[in-house]
Amino acid sequence: MVTLLNTVEDKVAREVCRQYGDRPEELLEIFHTVQAQSGYISDEAIRTIAHALNRSRAEIHGVASFYHDYKREPGAKKTLKICRAEACQANGSDQLIEEAEQMFGTKLDAKAKDVKLEATYCLGNCALGPAVMVDEALYGRVDAKRLEMIAKKHGAKQKGAAS
Amino acid sequence: MSVKVYVPCDAAALSMGADEVAGAIAKQGGSDVQIIRNGSRGMLWLEPLVEVETPKGRVAYGPVGEDDVASLFAADFLSGEDHPLGHGVTEEIPYFAKQERLTFARVGITDPLSLSDYEAHDGLAGLKKALKMKPSEIVAQVKESGLRGRGGAGFPTGIKWETALAQTEPQKYLCCNADEGDSGTFADRMLMEGDPFCLIEGMIIGARAIGADTGYIYLRSEYPHAIKTMRRAIHIMEDAGWLGDDIQGSGTNFHLSVRVGAGAYICGEESSMLESLEGKRGQVKVKPPIPAIKGLFNKPTIVNNVLSLASVPIILDKGGAFYKDYGQGRSLGTQPFQLAGDIKQGGLVEKAFGVTLRELVEDFGGGTYSGKPVRAVQAGGPLGAYLAPDQFDVEMDYEKLAEAGGMMGHGGLVVFNDTVDMAKMARYAMEFCEIESCGKCTPCRVGSVRGKETIEKIMDGENVKDNLALIDELCDLMTDSSLCAMGGLTAMPVQSAIKLFPEDFTERSK
Ligand SMILES: Cc1cc2nc3c(=O)[nH]c(=O)nc-3n(C[C@H](O)[C@H](O)[C@H](O)COP(=O)(O)O)c2cc1C
Ligand code: SF4
Ligand code: FES
Repeated sequence: MVTLLNTVEDKVAREVCRQYGDRPEELLEIFHTVQAQSGYISDEAIRTIAHALNRSRAEIHGVASFYHDYKREPGAKKTLKICRAEACQANGSDQLIEEAEQMFGTKLDAKAKDVKLEATYCLGNCALGPAVMVDEALYGRVDAKRLEMIAKKHGAKQKGAAS
Repeated sequence: MSVKVYVPCDAAALSMGADEVAGAIAKQGGSDVQIIRNGSRGMLWLEPLVEVETPKGRVAYGPVGEDDVASLFAADFLSGEDHPLGHGVTEEIPYFAKQERLTFARVGITDPLSLSDYEAHDGLAGLKKALKMKPSEIVAQVKESGLRGRGGAGFPTGIKWETALAQTEPQKYLCCNADEGDSGTFADRMLMEGDPFCLIEGMIIGARAIGADTGYIYLRSEYPHAIKTMRRAIHIMEDAGWLGDDIQGSGTNFHLSVRVGAGAYICGEESSMLESLEGKRGQVKVKPPIPAIKGLFNKPTIVNNVLSLASVPIILDKGGAFYKDYGQGRSLGTQPFQLAGDIKQGGLVEKAFGVTLRELVEDFGGGTYSGKPVRAVQAGGPLGAYLAPDQFDVEMDYEKLAEAGGMMGHGGLVVFNDTVDMAKMARYAMEFCEIESCGKCTPCRVGSVRGKETIEKIMDGENVKDNLALIDELCDLMTDSSLCAMGGLTAMPVQSAIKLFPEDFTERSK
């Protein structure tokens, strides 16, 4: 039995694994839950999960890196997910993305401290595109004006705005 | 007595402010109104679509904004009176009246989480019959119905079930594929949010048919509302004794749970999905063995799409013969088509197979939302071909669409207007494959990157003729030697775009 001597255990990850009975097949749920609580999946969390599920660190890391949802480093304060799949492109999502980049002074999928603009591929709102999701709130027919309203509502700071 | 007012809780309706509208109606109406949060009727351009129950039926108003609520009250909408946003009786609106709703019969009508509402609208009728039938009799009805998988591949559901039933292994699994990753599709989401019990009922019937005692719904993380609704619906069914051990004294045991995906398109492919359900990387596996023989944890496993499973209750209730009366040729029953992209009347249209693409895009869809002419439609998701307006008379069934070079897929139709740059869309198809490839095989993993780069060169006017020939070769290679349809079908949108709209590739001004 390997012990975690000289390594920092991630308390959140440890507790979450326990909650899921330390079962390897629950790994996706474990990641989702750890990320919901800690904001991202740290190296310590990976190590802790690997230990709890009796798997190699490489294997656990391999799973985390396979899925787009899992973040391996702390993210921005707010993430705006903008759909750029075909149906939203047909409704002008490319233009919306350009406008959003200006509005928040960042690039799509670039690292950001305050507001991250994240490309997403279909939110199931394809008849009412362009679609945007913030946290778990979905928006349809988003243009620059609506995006501004959405940013305000979710406290996403625009470029140049006072903090 | 208070008047019943329906305001959908479907995510598309919420995306246009349904919660705020429901709040405003509740506030102004007070005890005069009873608000019911239903699913969506599928006329998404009218969302939020508010309905009022009147003696002549439910009367529709939409799209209702928070600011319209005061004027609705002023016009006495609670009595179904006229208003500029009024559409009359919902079920008489042509878009709705012309549909043939079997799978979506209850969606938009009932309160999705009211089991009594569900039963009052024929819910559980199929299951009650199935619980008195032998597994082989259930399979026989599904075979008789002609139902084919609605997830994309169109494999006959009854035959798949028969294979799983024949396995002697005591542990079997039934998995519902709710990964719905195709752009232009949202029918699974609408069904799960609007009639979750129907999917559960279909799964219990399937579990009894093949002898599975455990089931999972693999639901994509992009659908938080559907996840919540499905989880609540499962609890309600458990409490009512429709899930668990010895269901209603039938001897059937079935334990069902939701597993949330993590943003990987490839996990919609069934072997990748099963890997993911085991907590692994969603890498595609070589077939055979097929999942019905060796699937989840190497046990016999059925993977079916949401719509396939949700079509089972009505088949068991009304019989396979009833269902196969709809449709034509080898495409029997109905298909929930989804009208998306630049379309005036986007939404869900359930019709028997055989409706033409033109009827869907022009009659139901009403042309584009932007008012510009339609230039192309992508049918069947990101791996589906583009079709040009002179092909719109094609009858929408699996075979006829394939003959026309198209694909049914999950029934999504994405409409593009005449400003679309088809070279850009072809480039995007390659990029999407690059982003979502599971990485297992080279033609897909590397081919998509090379494909994207080559189309970029064409877009820059670089050696266009040679590069087009290169793309063609690359597409053929990906088609012939990719392990799964991700790499194998990416050529469909690319080659169809080049074939139908060559000028977008050869006559670039840059
Ligand atoms: C790349 C790829 C993505 C797929 N995505 C989905 C999906 O999101 N939902 C789905 O039901 N089937 C999807 N499929 C098809 C599944 O592999 C499988 O055929 C289907 O779930 C079987 O269920 P059915 O017979 O009821 O259609 C996908 C296939 C491929 C190759
Ligand atoms: S075709 Fe692409 S997605 Fe499919 S197995 Fe090969 S690499 Fe994976
Ligand atoms: S394509 Fe954007 S929501 Fe489906």
